[in-house]
Amino acid sequence: MTQAEIKLCSLLLQEHFGEIVEKIGVHLIRTGSQPLRVIAHDTGTSLDQVKKALCVLIQHNLVTYQVHKRGVVEYEAQCNRVLRMLRYPRYIYTAKTLYSDTGELIVEELLLNGKMTMSAVVKKVADRLTETMEDGKTMDYAEVSNTFVRLVDTHFVQRCPLVPATENSDTGPPPPAPTLVVSEKDMYLVPKLSLIGKGKRRRSSDEDATGEPKAKRPKQTTDNKEPIPDDGIYWQANLDRFHQHFRDQAIVSAVANRMDQTSSEIVRTMLRMSEVTTPSGAPFTQPLSSNEIFRSLPVGYNISKQVLDQYLTLLADDPLEFVGKSGDSGGGMYVINLHKALGSLATATLESVVQERFGSRCARIFRLVLQKKHLEQKQVEDFAMIPAKEAKDMLYKMLSENFISLQVGCL
Amino acid sequence: MASRGGGRGCGRGQLTFNVEAVGIGKGDALPPPTLQPSPLFPPLEFRPVPLPSGEEGEYVLALKQELRGAMRQLPYFIRPAVPKRDWRRLPRELKIRVRKLQKERTTIILPKRPPKTTEDKEETIQKLETLEKKEEEVTSEEDEEKEEEEEKEEEEEEEYDEEEHEEETDYIMSYFDNGEDFGGDSDDNMDEAIY
Repeated sequence: MTQAEIKLCSLLLQEHFGEIVEKIGVHLIRTGSQPLRVIAHDTGTSLDQVKKALCVLIQHNLVTYQVHKRGVVEYEAQCNRVLRMLRYPRYIYTAKTLYSDTGELIVEELLLNGKMTMSAVVKKVADRLTETMEDGKTMDYAEVSNTFVRLVDTHFVQRCPLVPATENSDTGPPPPAPTLVVSEKDMYLVPKLSLIGKGKRRRSSDEDATGEPKAKRPKQTTDNKEPIPDDGIYWQANLDRFHQHFRDQAIVSAVANRMDQTSSEIVRTMLRMSEVTTPSGAPFTQPLSSNEIFRSLPVGYNISKQVLDQYLTLLADDPLEFVGKSGDSGGGMYVINLHKALGSLATATLESVVQERFGSRCARIFRLVLQKKHLEQKQVEDFAMIPAKEAKDMLYKMLSENFISLQVGCL
Repeated sequence: MASRGGGRGCGRGQLTFNVEAVGIGKGDALPPPTLQPSPLFPPLEFRPVPLPSGEEGEYVLALKQELRGAMRQLPYFIRPAVPKRDWRRLPRELKIRVRKLQKERTTIILPKRPPKTTEDKEETIQKLETLEKKEEEVTSEEDEEKEEEEEKEEEEEEEYDEEEHEEETDYIMSYFDNGEDFGGDSDDNMDEAIY
């Protein structure tokens, strides 16, 4: 972890959770895995504060714990996960574009609270939506549940690791901390709940106009006494799926910028078809035949098969190599080269940064060095066609800002 | 042109070190006199690109501000505790009666509990507390608390603002906690109301 990253984590934690959580969190990020008492001693905070802070951090998936030998529990901070907090607005906006306001609020509640049961989420979101609706209208739980299930089906929301079911005959005292089990097959299994109800408006006691609050309060107390049907089953936002979505979006918009709308739609279709078949870290998608792609195009697009083939050939021949041809069966098998595509996008971003920072001539030099890996001073001047004095000046400027580094060559 | 020429002023032409080494050759003009300290930063050649605007950019920005505000209101935001006051020096009536002793949490991490929606409970508790302390005037107010709480929006009556600010501290929360803690209390028998 670089100093800048640690500083950023510190600011994020402080902004969202307060100073105490920030102190504990940053200490854990700096020192790695530590038990409770050591944390309290090293940071100089009282044990209670440390316990509270750790509870908050674990609830939000920012700290994990492990039972070591002799029953000592050690806590470890996930610095990368803290940095993801920067993207929360983007995740919420994505949910809004895909599943409208209901989806947006579901994801927002899950992100703000870390983990929640389905019934709690549905209730809270229904209440919030009811607040914004006109007087007299309420939001039905069923509709919120449906959106929740759709989010789970597309893997944007997943189950948290479970407390393993303990058998009755325990061998010895229970462990100091449960070892949570990740069950792969149950990850997206929604429990069968019959959530019946409507959202309730929350009115302050000053507005007694309609007389509703008085009637609602006894109802709320009875609700609290009912057992929660899905107790123990918690859900969290699946950040990796959102990242996958961002990746797909970036590729599609790159293709749209470089070629045209139709090509980007074709690429989008191919990515959509590969969502469930391709693991997220794969270098390229599973091969898709041209026939399959043709069948899966969105309904509005009525391009003929030949035109599709032409587009695919064009995409495969493009020097950026976003799409590759892997075979000829089924009208041509095509893959999307994910790693290559992302590499090109990263390179383009770097070049754009240099251009905005230092000017287009520096950007030309930078592109050259990037392409040829190693260049001597004289070669830079020749290839870039920039006079020696200026080339030297620009190289030095970029060197001083660490965009370029020197390497002493051996003879 | 050459101010280093002899005879002008009182012997200004003679310098103790070799001027050529500095870079001013013989016969060159001296650089103009500097009348002000050099600027702090070198002049910026390229202005940064503007932030992404448009519907998406603005919505995301608004969301971010909203989230920052919202998270301060949630129970996960832990405020630093009120420092211990010396009760011998202050009138006895100012001391908050300790209803429930803060339980020492012996187990370290407990099975996760859903964070209960605390907003309604909190508000009723706050109101009761403010009414209770209506006669008491808090003399010493922590400056840092005030600054911290000034940004918080309160729906309660304005005249109790100062006292309510005190309510939000960790000190109070831990005493009057009745299960709002997200993992603090050990077992399920804590649901009995405090008042």
